[in-house]
Amino acid sequence: MAQPHLMIHIVPGKCDYCGCCVGVCPEDAIELMESKIAIIEERCTNCRKCVWACPWEVIEFHREGIAHLPTQIPQLVNDPTA
Amino acid sequence: MNNDYDIIVVGAGPAGSTAARYAAAGGAKVLILEKDRDVGYPVRCGEAVSHEGIVQFITPDPKWIASTVTKFRLVAPNGKSVLPKLDGTGYVLERRIFDYELAKLAANEGAEVITKAYVYDLLRENGKIVGVKTLIKDKKTEIRAAVIIAADGVESRIGKMAGIDTTCHIRDMESCAQMTLSGIDVEEDVLEFYLGDSISPGGYLWVFPKGKHTANVGLGLSVEAAKKKSAIKYLQEFVDRKYPNAAMLTQIAGGVPCAKTNPEIVKGNVIIVGDAAHQVNPVSGGGIISGMIGGMIGGQTAAESILSGDINHLQEYEKRWHKRLGWRHEIFYNIKDAIAGFHDDTLNDICNSALTIPEEKRTLGGIFRTALWNKPSMILDVAKVFVS
Ligand SMILES: Cc1cc2nc3c(=O)[nH]c(=O)nc-3n(C[C@H](O)[C@H](O)[C@H](O)COP(=O)(O)OP(=O)(O)OC[C@H]3O[C@@H](n4cnc5c(N)ncnc54)[C@H](O)[C@@H]3O)c2cc1C
Ligand code: SF4
Ligand code: SF4
Repeated sequence: MAQPHLMIHIVPGKCDYCGCCVGVCPEDAIELMESKIAIIEERCTNCRKCVWACPWEVIEFHREGIAHLPTQIPQLVNDPTA
Repeated sequence: MNNDYDIIVVGAGPAGSTAARYAAAGGAKVLILEKDRDVGYPVRCGEAVSHEGIVQFITPDPKWIASTVTKFRLVAPNGKSVLPKLDGTGYVLERRIFDYELAKLAANEGAEVITKAYVYDLLRENGKIVGVKTLIKDKKTEIRAAVIIAADGVESRIGKMAGIDTTCHIRDMESCAQMTLSGIDVEEDVLEFYLGDSISPGGYLWVFPKGKHTANVGLGLSVEAAKKKSAIKYLQEFVDRKYPNAAMLTQIAGGVPCAKTNPEIVKGNVIIVGDAAHQVNPVSGGGIISGMIGGMIGGQTAAESILSGDINHLQEYEKRWHKRLGWRHEIFYNIKDAIAGFHDDTLNDICNSALTIPEEKRTLGGIFRTALWNKPSMILDVAKVFVS
């Protein structure tokens, strides 16, 4: 089985949609709408900057990866591979 | 193919609405797209501004002023405090109404505004940016324009889509938390700042009054410092200690890019203004007025480009911004660097020596001069502010 790539996880329902994490993400890997947020998995390098930036501790880092957790929100609008 | 608009502004914060206002006043056909349902809400801001800054754009109106302030209190880590006068008057705003008024000023000049309109990509044709792709009330829509102004705040992605790297270094991003507390006693005309390693290391905590019994209580600290402990933890500890019985009306998270202006703020037919361009006073984190100044210059320059048909003229925006305010932010950035290195001892010393100044002479400059006089070793710290 392939190693899950994504190691950061935005805890559903806890986010305030403030954008601090988006502002520090070097890969433009976070998509933020009025009340939706998602990681663009293909771009994320698991650098953890967003984890540190989040004032409310909404983003968690999991060493073992989290790609298969059912709580992951699907891609919002963008097709990152396009 | 014809354009739908001359200029599309992404984001209806202070920077975006001001850009749209001046672009429309300059003769361009302007559309603002805002992702949120309401302009001005949610409010992610301490809401403090100077009178001097505001009157450049709008006449102060009680309907969006919560408090008028004339003094500020610096509270040192050891609990001692000084209460100097502000250089001029200041206000704590109701940004929910203020931002709305700014959007109305843009509309009065002829700009159109659409809310619940999330811009998710730029529209390209033959490699050229010709507009935006947006979700308007969940419906995908393409809108064409000659110039795009990205005023999309700290969460900006439009610049990146156009090839401008706007990532804020974690050293410079301030991770913020704020609660609006009610049922507390505050002095209506005083902005309070708490300093210290245990309060908000390298940053500060603010208590900005909104009337006699309500205040915005918040703090910001560098993401670098927040690695160890988050903004909300620091804030919760302070509030539990200082205002244990307060009613919490709102709480918000936020980020402020306390950096120098982004190295690039114009590319082809895209310009960025406000927080998106890091047009923030790097010491105070104040970005309302600076963003409006950036927006004004950006909007004016964009309208000139449209009317003259010369897109290269947009480059003037970058020059004009640096001449007006960008250069000052560079100096402030160096000051911030030095202050960030101040630890509790230095902060206590500054406060102690300030207390020796007669009250009527306690201004920020006076405090620093006296602090230096009483503790010459501080010269080394302050020298760092002006050198480099
Ligand atoms: C906790 C906190 C306290 C602060 N306190 C103060 C203070 O006391 N005084 C002061 O002067 N400054 C303060 N600031 C800074 C100030 O709030 C900002 O500098 C200011 O709001 C910047 O204005 P702006 O127009 O650039 O961005 P914003 O006001 O952030 O506006 C950006 C707008 O763009 C919209 N947007 C983003 N992406 C998209 C998209 N893709 N499509 C459509 N719309 C989009 C957003 O919804 C938002 O409405 C504070 C900031 C924080 C976080
Ligand atoms: S871990 Fe790094 S790359 Fe991934 S979303 Fe967070 S900041 Fe971006
Ligand atoms: S920084 Fe935290 S609260 Fe703010 S948008 Fe990102 S995950 Fe949500």
